[in-house]
Amino acid sequence: MLLSETTTSPLFSLVPLIVFLPVLGLLVNMIFGGRMGEKAVGAVASAASGLAFVISVLLGIALWTGGGEATVVPFAEWIKIGALDIPWNFRVDTLSVTMMLVVSGVGTLIHIYAIGYMHEDVRFKQDEKRYRRFFVFMNLFIAMMMILVSGDSYLMLFVGWEGVGLCSFLLIGFWYEMDTLGRPSWANSNAAIKAMIANRIGDFGFLIAGLTMFWAFGSVQFGQVFGIAEEIAAAQPGIILAITLFMLIGVAGKSAQIPLYVWLPDAMAGPTPVSALIHAATMVTAGVYLVARSWPLYSLAPNAQYIVAMVGAVTALFAATIAVGQYDIKKVLAYSTISQLGFMVAAVGMGAFAAGMFHLVTHAFFKALLFLSAGSVILGLERGHHHLAHHNSSAAAAPTPPKDGHTPAGHFGSPSHHEEEVFDPGDMRNMGGLRKRMPVTFWLYIIGTLALAGIFPFAGFWSKDEILLDAAKLHPEIYILLAIAAFFTAFYMGRQIWMVWFGKPRHAAAEHAEESPKVITVPLMVLAGLSVLGGALNLPGLHTLTRWLEHTIELAEHEVHLAAWLQISWGGLNPLVALLSTVLALLAIFISWLIYGRKPLETGQKDPLKKPLGFIFTGMENKWFVDEIYSVVFLKPYAAISRFLADVIDWRFWHDWFHDKVIAGTYQWISRTVLDLRVDQQGIDAFFNGLGELTKRTSAGLRRLQNGFVRSYALAVLFGVIAILGYLLIR
Amino acid sequence: MNFGSIPLTYYLVLSAALFTMGALGVLIRRNALIIFMSVELMLNAANLAFVAFARQYGVFTGQLFVFFVMTVAAAEVAVGLALIVAIFRTKHSIDVDQMSSLKG
Repeated sequence: MLLSETTTSPLFSLVPLIVFLPVLGLLVNMIFGGRMGEKAVGAVASAASGLAFVISVLLGIALWTGGGEATVVPFAEWIKIGALDIPWNFRVDTLSVTMMLVVSGVGTLIHIYAIGYMHEDVRFKQDEKRYRRFFVFMNLFIAMMMILVSGDSYLMLFVGWEGVGLCSFLLIGFWYEMDTLGRPSWANSNAAIKAMIANRIGDFGFLIAGLTMFWAFGSVQFGQVFGIAEEIAAAQPGIILAITLFMLIGVAGKSAQIPLYVWLPDAMAGPTPVSALIHAATMVTAGVYLVARSWPLYSLAPNAQYIVAMVGAVTALFAATIAVGQYDIKKVLAYSTISQLGFMVAAVGMGAFAAGMFHLVTHAFFKALLFLSAGSVILGLERGHHHLAHHNSSAAAAPTPPKDGHTPAGHFGSPSHHEEEVFDPGDMRNMGGLRKRMPVTFWLYIIGTLALAGIFPFAGFWSKDEILLDAAKLHPEIYILLAIAAFFTAFYMGRQIWMVWFGKPRHAAAEHAEESPKVITVPLMVLAGLSVLGGALNLPGLHTLTRWLEHTIELAEHEVHLAAWLQISWGGLNPLVALLSTVLALLAIFISWLIYGRKPLETGQKDPLKKPLGFIFTGMENKWFVDEIYSVVFLKPYAAISRFLADVIDWRFWHDWFHDKVIAGTYQWISRTVLDLRVDQQGIDAFFNGLGELTKRTSAGLRRLQNGFVRSYALAVLFGVIAILGYLLIR
Repeated sequence: MNFGSIPLTYYLVLSAALFTMGALGVLIRRNALIIFMSVELMLNAANLAFVAFARQYGVFTGQLFVFFVMTVAAAEVAVGLALIVAIFRTKHSIDVDQMSSLKG
């Protein structure tokens, strides 16, 4: 095979291990995990993921020394039907290795964190046996994500795409029989189903894109498709546009973009490591990876590029505004993730693939850090709550502390004292003043926040700035949307910081919150380090990551006429754009201090933004009623149509009329009248009855000969002899 | 030879007469024993015809056949008498018209 000749380094042949090590890990945990104990289960899972990271690093080194040439490693024959020949090949190039490093690197840290987190989580939820299942799912996710990023064809990518979707479903519904507060309910399970269905709509788009591609290109393998893309584009420009736009539906589903983003906030029902790994750092970036991977197609369809960029930019701003009005610590981060994914999608849509991938990597660092720190906070509050519960039960006379239940935002500010009210450890209104109780997590959270807000010199500053600069150069309107989104980003993160860490504890549990153990904080420190230094990957002037990715993504420089202020370049960094975004971010944090920091929230106090903003804040609180609008526009009519189809079309028309009357009636008429009466009774039966009758009559005639008189028989013999003799004589 | 002057025709006429008597006996009489004897008569009529022809043409074949016929006839008598005795034991009669169980 021609491809095998290009395999230069023997290290490349290790690439299947990135998939099979996690698979091995999950098999070990599945088969022996029951007897191994929690520590060993977690260690096996983390080791499987860690070894995959080691392999990824080796691949990266091999690629670096080999000059960055893409290598395809044939692994197995997969589908071979006629002209369709899709082998399972691994593609090792700078883009896929970047993804592998992020997935396995961040994945390993989150696995280690989860050893500590799930240890407590399964105890708070009182089902210790579920510990092992969690790590089996996590390893399955790593394996599937690796298939996604390492596949050499759209079909292989799709296998991973569906696989991570399955893992997402399984892990969102990990505590499937309760809601996020542990009360018996189908809420978590419904969230999992919602994620599955929203993704299914996206996957449908992806599938159509893939099938169209096979129809037009005769192949779904990257090399072949990209090789003839230009020819096809010249012959049928509509095809490329259709493929890229259908692919955008898939991207919108997986990477939570408008209009399919609604599943991601609900996906926070999963355990926090899942939110960090799957719903922030890796899986949701698959859409960004898909667009970056399909760069030859998108480059040929500028209209599709613009639509992708616009979807990303609008999502970035839209989700950022919702994040401002959320009270759940993880929901804020979820909307933040949607918003940041919007940044990435906008970047890769504009053709700034390197900037988008850069932001993908840095975002994986700091958003994983933020989510895991939030998980640490939640655990801290849970610990405080438990501590309190024990304390209260020992001193029965102690008054119940005022609690803010998990009530809809509209009821906020009416603290209820009901006995059955459940404490919500994720509600920021229950927090406050945690800085002193959980100092390590506090500093980690600050680092994550600064990185996300884009403050110099943290990782987010460099990557976001690069996106903003590219936007300013290519599409000013997208630049404006993204800049406003960046402002909101800094604002809601500032709001979160003041609400969670400063002021006075608004709940007794927050007063007694406890810091998390080392197994949780150490991975966070590593992530914090990456969040600080991640910008070094692609510093202006060096552009290491851009150069690295250029081996895979070769782009012709656009000749755009730039305004004078945009032409200033300090080694690729525009000081004005950078200054503007930094000033915006600092301004937003300052405003958030004015509102939330200067005068901290009191227990049961309404959000200070509620009064001045009025209905706008109500909209933000309620996620702009998108779920409600979807419910009215899509779900209810859909349910009505299904009911109509089920009751009227299926049951009454199809079953009662068509089946019972038409088919069964016709069948009965044919069987009874035609076949039974005419053919069977009057045809076949009559014929054979006639035969029987004939035989009977003949035999009745012949029976007379058998008269029982021996002498008459003898006479017959005599006549016979005479007849024979007579014949012989006469002859 | 005293008999040499008797022509073949006489023997054959006698043979035919005996055979006819035998055949009539079988057809007319009802007593199984008589029928049996009539059958013997027919066999011997045939024997007579055999030896007459044998003598006429000076070959022994016919005479040899007579021996066979006599042997078979003897065997037949043995079987036939046994049957008659068996029938008599069950029916207390040897009237052949009574033996009509196989009537159709």
